[in-house]
Amino acid sequence: MNRMMVIFKRESAIIPFVAVILGLLLGALIMWIGGYNALLAYQSLISKIFGSSYDIGEAILTIIPLIMSGLAVAIAFRSGLFNIGVDGQIIMGSLGALIVGTQLNLPPFIHGLVAMIFGALLGGFWGALVGYIKAVRGINEVITSIMLNFIALYISHYAIRNFMPQAGTQRSAMINDSASIQIGWLSDLMGGARIHWGFLVAILAVIFYYIYMKKTKWGYELRAVGFNNDAAKYAGMKVPKVIIRTMFISGVFGGLIGTFEVLGVFKYIAINSVTSGIGFDGIAVALLGANSAIGVFFSATLIGALTYGSQGMSFGADVPGEIIRMVIAFIIFFVAAPGIVKLIIKPILQKMKKKV
Amino acid sequence: MDLIGNLLNGTLVFSTALIFAALGGLISERSGVINIGLEGFMISGAFFSAITAYYAESAGLSSLSPWIGLIGAFVFTIIFSSIHAIASIKFKANQVVSGVVINILAASSTFFLVKMIFNGSAETPILVNVFHKIRIPYLSDIPLIGKVFFNAYPTTYIAIALVILLYFILFRTSTGLRLRAVGEHPSAADTVGIKVNRTRYIAVILSGSIAAIGGATIVLTSNSNFAFNTISGQGYIALAAVIFGKWNPVGAMLAAMFFGLAQAVKDQLQIFEFAAKIPNEFFYMLPYLLTLLVLIGAVGKARSPKALGEPYEVGKR
Repeated sequence: MNRMMVIFKRESAIIPFVAVILGLLLGALIMWIGGYNALLAYQSLISKIFGSSYDIGEAILTIIPLIMSGLAVAIAFRSGLFNIGVDGQIIMGSLGALIVGTQLNLPPFIHGLVAMIFGALLGGFWGALVGYIKAVRGINEVITSIMLNFIALYISHYAIRNFMPQAGTQRSAMINDSASIQIGWLSDLMGGARIHWGFLVAILAVIFYYIYMKKTKWGYELRAVGFNNDAAKYAGMKVPKVIIRTMFISGVFGGLIGTFEVLGVFKYIAINSVTSGIGFDGIAVALLGANSAIGVFFSATLIGALTYGSQGMSFGADVPGEIIRMVIAFIIFFVAAPGIVKLIIKPILQKMKKKV
Repeated sequence: MDLIGNLLNGTLVFSTALIFAALGGLISERSGVINIGLEGFMISGAFFSAITAYYAESAGLSSLSPWIGLIGAFVFTIIFSSIHAIASIKFKANQVVSGVVINILAASSTFFLVKMIFNGSAETPILVNVFHKIRIPYLSDIPLIGKVFFNAYPTTYIAIALVILLYFILFRTSTGLRLRAVGEHPSAADTVGIKVNRTRYIAVILSGSIAAIGGATIVLTSNSNFAFNTISGQGYIALAAVIFGKWNPVGAMLAAMFFGLAQAVKDQLQIFEFAAKIPNEFFYMLPYLLTLLVLIGAVGKARSPKALGEPYEVGKR
């Protein structure tokens, strides 16, 4: 897992930028080969994002979970763990928020806050479970994450169907109005976009992540464990404890995503046969953002905006929006294998040098 | 008796795709390259089999078309497996990340292509010709065993044959010894003249294509077409089967069958009154829960190939 750190150090700041440009160019090339108008496609993508205040609001709504998911993956990465269980943590978070949101009667604002905290703790517990099994039994976190994702999915289905169903539908009952975390006035201002307090939490999470990593003893321990597990052990750090704590925080980030979706966006949980996949997008975000607080913020913004904007492509240019998922894959690919980027930009750089 | 027969037959049907994917994952990981991209390779296989079988059908090759679909899945998935191979072997990319990229890329590009080829439709047309269960004469008349093992899809027979073949190659031939050496001690393997990276290229490319057969199996037996949710997480289960089965072909097969059994139990038990009281979700959850519990109970710790995840650099000890 130490090698995971190496790629993040080796890359210079220029690689992500070049990767994004190359990814977009490759996307254009594929559209061109497929007989589509790539220029028109990208134009309609951009105009979808900035089309109206509603679109900007909804684009932000796509970005918020990606920030949280990116942070969740990044913090685990930094301790040498690969958390592909964010999806499961999201589910547990949304279930927690749903339980409090439908079962309790509390004053507005407080209700939403309690629901959020409960969901976050449930997500944190789910993450800590992965950490515990890893720390105590030494079982690869990838496999436990996968298992726990599915287990979470069916636990939530069971809970919804038996305790909080909406009769005759494949979804849960609605949460009480008092639990909503939507910002009414801002939503009105943005043409009804479902903007919610999660955006503030996401910004706070980014700041928290930065301070935790850089300024606290716990963050130092976390980085030490990720950098060299054995050395950290010799230095007297309790590695299992660090791993469990890190996975708990990671899970809290994941759980919060679920609470946002329930309390701020949908107000219910739909019974889906598959998980949301936001956790997997978080891997992309963390990687592109080099696991740093500010990097995650910007890469989530980029990927979120592209994802939201892609909805406009089929309408504006008759291009299937899936092309943007391909572009995102290319971008991660280039960031993960900086050798390719160097190979491509080398001749360009040499040419520029000659001219000077 | 009938119930057990149905149960075991269902187990085979559900686990065939998983067996292929797990065997694929195993080959790659035995050579030292992590393969989280199994889901992507299965998606790729499902897509390419649906497409090639569809065009073969349109060309009038009716009963041959599922076979052509199977071959199409194997051959065309080389595109995706090469990407994973080049990234993780030549460019020494993080193999987990590369696998994640494969998953995103396979899901998005196949769906993009489906929409492109079929004028915006979200799935491929239903295939008329798919595989049917083959009843082996006389043998299938044996009580229980006949029903379970000698009345199955051709893909199931291929999967089981592949398990035996792979076990033999891996542990009884010099080729297998080389593959294992590359995954355990690449520098030692290099010293005795084994081409480490070339071995890994072959392993990773075969890995993707065999996993693709798993995806194709789903399309060509039970689903009859390809849509965005055709695979929905089975690649990850296959990945678990690789680890669960301790990187051994027979172990991986048994692990895959275990998942298949849980699936079959769910289908068969629903006819009973007592089972109707047990929530459905419990049966869905069962395979994952059991895997987790078995792992935690640690029937001996799973030991991965030593050099798993490490790119080979000449001169590195």
